[in-house]
Amino acid sequence: MGDTAGMAVPHYMASGMGGIRSGGDLVARMQFTKNMKIGPAKEYVAKKLGISALDIADEHVMRELREELKIGVITGVPGAPRGIAAKMNIERLLDIKINSCDKFREMTKK
Amino acid sequence: MTQFYTRMGDGKRVLMTKEQIINDIQAGIADAADMGGVPDLTSNDIDMLFDIISDKNRIVGVEPGNEVVLTYDIGQLDFTGDNGNSGNGVDVGRLESALLHERALGADTFELAHADYSIKPVKPVIANEMQTMEEIQNEIVIPYFYGAMPNAGLYYAPDGPYGNPADLMREFKIEEAMKAAELTADHLARDIEYVATRMVAAGADGFNFDTTASAGDADFVGTLKGVEALRKACPSTYIMVGMAGESVMGIHGSIEYRGELAAGKYPHQQVKMAQKAGANVFGPVVNTNTSKSLAWNMARSLTFVKECVKASDVACHVNMGMGVGGIPMLETAPLDALTRCNKAMVEIAKVDGI
Repeated sequence: MGDTAGMAVPHYMASGMGGIRSGGDLVARMQFTKNMKIGPAKEYVAKKLGISALDIADEHVMRELREELKIGVITGVPGAPRGIAAKMNIERLLDIKINSCDKFREMTKK
Repeated sequence: MTQFYTRMGDGKRVLMTKEQIINDIQAGIADAADMGGVPDLTSNDIDMLFDIISDKNRIVGVEPGNEVVLTYDIGQLDFTGDNGNSGNGVDVGRLESALLHERALGADTFELAHADYSIKPVKPVIANEMQTMEEIQNEIVIPYFYGAMPNAGLYYAPDGPYGNPADLMREFKIEEAMKAAELTADHLARDIEYVATRMVAAGADGFNFDTTASAGDADFVGTLKGVEALRKACPSTYIMVGMAGESVMGIHGSIEYRGELAAGKYPHQQVKMAQKAGANVFGPVVNTNTSKSLAWNMARSLTFVKECVKASDVACHVNMGMGVGGIPMLETAPLDALTRCNKAMVEIAKVDGI
């Protein structure tokens, strides 16, 4: 898809979960890691976060929670983990392995 | 009689009555049901679809709680590409593009892409692609794929080493055409394994096979064999297989994957083959007919995709770009039409993602 203003933006507005603006990246990881459909993936993430499935796409719930859990936030917060550091925290939170974190650990192994 | 503003498949605005819209919905359903041998939408579905199409608001959306995961094709080419990809022609870097999608555009996932967005041209620049993947993985949080089209067409003359089946068939060299397609499928599978395993070694969360079967049944079989090899080499990698159309074209005609004919398969059958090969997520495609109304195209797409979602054991992320999923075939798809297609796919076809 090109035309970002006509595709990425309205798809997000109409039905998107919001990525790290809320919790869409976490649900996506469960779909791919455990072959989950949307309902079970949301339930799994909600249970791990201690919130309801409805709250996963709720910015009011997720903005603070993501910063508290150190799993990456949408705004530029100095000192807040992002990239590999945030993904390592997501691994622990969701009880999954993330490929780039595995590679990072291999590279830093003595 | 009340009339509603709606669209044609080319995006042109038209006025239609309720009766005209319902008639087109029923005709779209009948076309898909007849072609694919799938059930009709229910009367409840038809009522819901009419309500969505006739909504007075410019933009519509799903009810809170019904949100789904978004995945993407062409990666940063949506910013950098030319109008062939509806790209903006802005020469932004691949790292910046990925982070802008993550932090400015609400993306749940994203991907890295080569400018030609095909498997074959990635081979000579694989080291370049690997180091860019490593660099971006250090910064990004959302699942970040490598994406490319299998694009078996690049393996046929004049671009590739094998005879072009279209030319050979014109000369009635049917066996040579079939052989060229078979050799292409095997070559494509080898190239997929080469490229995809290296991108996973560079830290990619997974691989997005986009526009699969664009060159027909041998393209589909080659991709499935490549997916199978990737799954064997990288058991935990994320694999998404997105299609090129609702029906696999029989360019070869009798090529099979694991004993099953590839030609003529519809989304609810394609997904079973993709699952067997090792896909985690499947992307059904239904192409838009520009001469028919939005109502006709939406109904037809929903009929195919609803059955695909029912048949699938893995998540289905329906393709919803320009000219697919009921969306008008227009470089700048109208927002009213696009959001209506989005809502209908989520709440009627029950897709797991877009």
